[in-house]
Amino acid sequence: MTISVSMTVNGKTVSGDVEGRTLLVQFLREQLHLTGTHVGCDTSQCGACVVHVDGQSVKSCTILAAQANGTEVVTIEGLADGATLHPMQEAFREHHGLQCGFCTPGMLATGYDIVRRLPDADEARIRRELSGNICRCTGYHNIVKAIKAGAEKMSAA
Amino acid sequence: MYNFEYNRPASLDDALKALSSGDEVKLMAGGMTLIPTLKQRLAQPSKLVDLSGVAELKGITVEGNAVVIGAMTTHATVAASAEVAAKIPALTKLAHGIGDPQVRNRGTLGGSISNNDPAADYPAALMALGATVTTNKRQLAADDFFAGMFTTALEEDEIVLKVSFPIPEKAAYAKFAQPASRYALVGVFVAKTAGGARVAVTGAGEDGVFRVAAFEDALSKNFSAAALDGIAIPAEGLNSDIHGAADYRAHLIGVMAKRALQAAG
Repeated sequence: MTISVSMTVNGKTVSGDVEGRTLLVQFLREQLHLTGTHVGCDTSQCGACVVHVDGQSVKSCTILAAQANGTEVVTIEGLADGATLHPMQEAFREHHGLQCGFCTPGMLATGYDIVRRLPDADEARIRRELSGNICRCTGYHNIVKAIKAGAEKMSAA
Repeated sequence: MYNFEYNRPASLDDALKALSSGDEVKLMAGGMTLIPTLKQRLAQPSKLVDLSGVAELKGITVEGNAVVIGAMTTHATVAASAEVAAKIPALTKLAHGIGDPQVRNRGTLGGSISNNDPAADYPAALMALGATVTTNKRQLAADDFFAGMFTTALEEDEIVLKVSFPIPEKAAYAKFAQPASRYALVGVFVAKTAGGARVAVTGAGEDGVFRVAAFEDALSKNFSAAALDGIAIPAEGLNSDIHGAADYRAHLIGVMAKRALQAAG
């Protein structure tokens, strides 16, 4: 049995047929071919799959595509403005906030969410807010630096 | 995960109809435990009823001497609520300490207590504050609601609507979190209520959340960390696993209770 879903992804209306069990991340990657969102652990621990649903950061491996029906989804592909990187992406580039890059889409999604909710977050708070994102290269220092710098860029923008 | 039929009713009546439709139906609140459970094929419902469309299950109000929280209210909403922070700040801290930000954006009070994970945080708050659970059928005291590991008094056709938390004189929650999962290895909620002191422990008991009568008796006379000096918690009936042996958890109960009392002031 399939369910027809329709949602806004990165500003565009998309629709498709999914099964009840189809995860949002499967819908994004396999049906919409938006493969920037990664599946790291598939057990809602690592945060590589973080996207925004109706403005909230969520783990797309632990939400059904059907639950996202009618929502507004933003993935890593929706952050940049054409060839111009989002200030948070630019900050990650400048501060080398990545090593292998696998966790980066989730780190960016969470980083952007932290700054939006807590524009003045200090380093300790940023670290706490990153508790749902794991970097297996353990490059946390530069990720935290990048988010702090991204916050400054975002407030200046 | 096995496939299932997905339903998202827009009202409580429709949810109840779907629940009694005779199939093997499972209710889904935030899904933060249920979806991983389905992935592991530990549950195989033929129909999933997503309660997120039922508006009447959401919201926070102060009613008389109680804070009333709708079952589908997320942990993030509770953590950010000015009413909760003003009336029961211990609950703010507890909600803010569940899982991680993404889990708190989806996970709900009703889902947490209905699942009754033996290491979940909310059951300790309900037990220590003497909360009342309202379902579509009845009202249940927290002491009667929780019935052992992953078990509650809920019947098959029963849905939690809201929880009423009486506002205590003082309360605090101290959790020793398992660093990977953020579940409580031991979590202790202490409350000074009109009816005396109440202490509830999560994460440690083989049968899930439980109250500590010896602590409550001592704290009803003197609500301070010093009142617990010399009261040992027996290791019998406590969990032993790779994260901590029963005697370690028994010791932690005393430590976390004292930390909670210091925080409660």
